[in-house]
Amino acid sequence: MEDDVKKFLYVNRKAPYGTIYALESLEVVLIGAAFDQDVSLAFLDDGVFQLTKSQDTKEIGVKNFSPTFRALGDYEVTKLYVEKESLDERGLTLDDLQEIMWEDEDDDYEEKPSIRIVSRAEMADVMADQDVILSF
Amino acid sequence: MKFGIVVSEGPYTHQASDSAYHFVKAALEAGHEVPRVFFYHDGVNVATSLSVPPQDERNIQQQWSAIAKDHGVDLVVCIAAAQRRGMLDENEAKRQGKDAHNIAEGFRISGLGQLIEMGIETDRLMTFGD
Amino acid sequence: MATLHTVNKSPFANQSLLSCLAHAKDGDTVLMIEDGVYGAASGTGLADAMVAMASRVALVALQPDLNARGIAAARLLDGIKTTDYAGFVELAASHDRTQAWL
Repeated sequence: MEDDVKKFLYVNRKAPYGTIYALESLEVVLIGAAFDQDVSLAFLDDGVFQLTKSQDTKEIGVKNFSPTFRALGDYEVTKLYVEKESLDERGLTLDDLQEIMWEDEDDDYEEKPSIRIVSRAEMADVMADQDVILSF
Repeated sequence: MKFGIVVSEGPYTHQASDSAYHFVKAALEAGHEVPRVFFYHDGVNVATSLSVPPQDERNIQQQWSAIAKDHGVDLVVCIAAAQRRGMLDENEAKRQGKDAHNIAEGFRISGLGQLIEMGIETDRLMTFGD
Repeated sequence: MATLHTVNKSPFANQSLLSCLAHAKDGDTVLMIEDGVYGAASGTGLADAMVAMASRVALVALQPDLNARGIAAARLLDGIKTTDYAGFVELAASHDRTQAWL
C-alpha cells in the first residue's frame, strides 16, 4: 500500500427507495473505486435494509439498484460491514441479505463473501479506524 | 488544516447549507484553508441562479458566490445529482438541448471524482445534510 | 485518535443521536448542531442516557443553534459544554476525523 492511501468509509443508515440517499451513496462508491483508496462500506440502522434480497420495484416505477451491490467485488470494494444489532432490531438475519461475493486473486480467485456481520462494538472500532467518513 | 465540505441538502428547506456556510466562514477566519465545497443530493439546488428570497432573508446562493469570489473556495456541484434535479450550466444545457441554464456565478459542475479527490487532499471532511 | 461526531436532528424525532452515542468511543466528542441541540436540554426522557455518556465522551452543543431555539443555559444538562462556530472549527481540527450522523 502506498503512503498516501486513505481509509474511506461510506456510512449507510437509511432505507432504500423512500429517499435517494442509498442510490446516490452507491454512485459515489462506484466512482470512488477508481481512486485506489482503502474502501469500506458500513450498513447500520435502516441502512441494513439496502442489502435485502428480492427487491422488486416494478410497481413503484423506480430503478432497482440492488443488483449493483453484487458488482462491487469487480470494483475491488470487498468490505461491506453489516451491523448485527441493526439486523436483530429489524427482524433480519444474514439469510435475508443478498449474497455478495468477491474473487480473491491472492487466493486462487476463490470466491469469498463481502458482507461481514459485525457487532455494534466492532462497528464502532471500524469507524474509529478510518481517515475519511462519508455519510449520506 | 485543509477542510473539505459536503453540503447534501438544498437551500432554505434544511439548515445544512447555512451551517456549512458559517463553518466555512469561521474556518477561513481562523486561517484554515477550505479548498472545496462539494454539493451533492439536493445540495446541488444551492447553486441556482434563479432564487429570489424575500428581502429580509439571507440569500444563500449569493453568500456562497461571495465566499468563492473572496476566498477562492471551489464550489463544485455534482453533475449526476444536478442533471437529475434540473441544474444545468450553459454547456450542459446546450448538450442536453435545454432552453435554459441556471448555475450561479462561482459554482461549477463536475464529477463525483471531485468529492473523492477532496477526501484525499484535505485533512478533515465535514458533511452537512439531513 | 478521537472522532468528532456531529448530530443535527432532534433525538425526539430521529434515532441519530442515540445511534451516535451507541457508537462513540471513549474520548470522542459529540457535537449537537441544528435541531440536534434539543438533545442537550435537561429534564427530557434522554437525560439519564446523556448524563451517563458524559463521563465517556465530551458532549457539546452549538450555542448559535441553542440561541435560535430559545434554549437557555439554565436548561442545559449538567456536563454539556457549549461552543460557537469558531469552537466548532477548533474541534474539527483537534480531532483525528469527523463523522456526521444525519
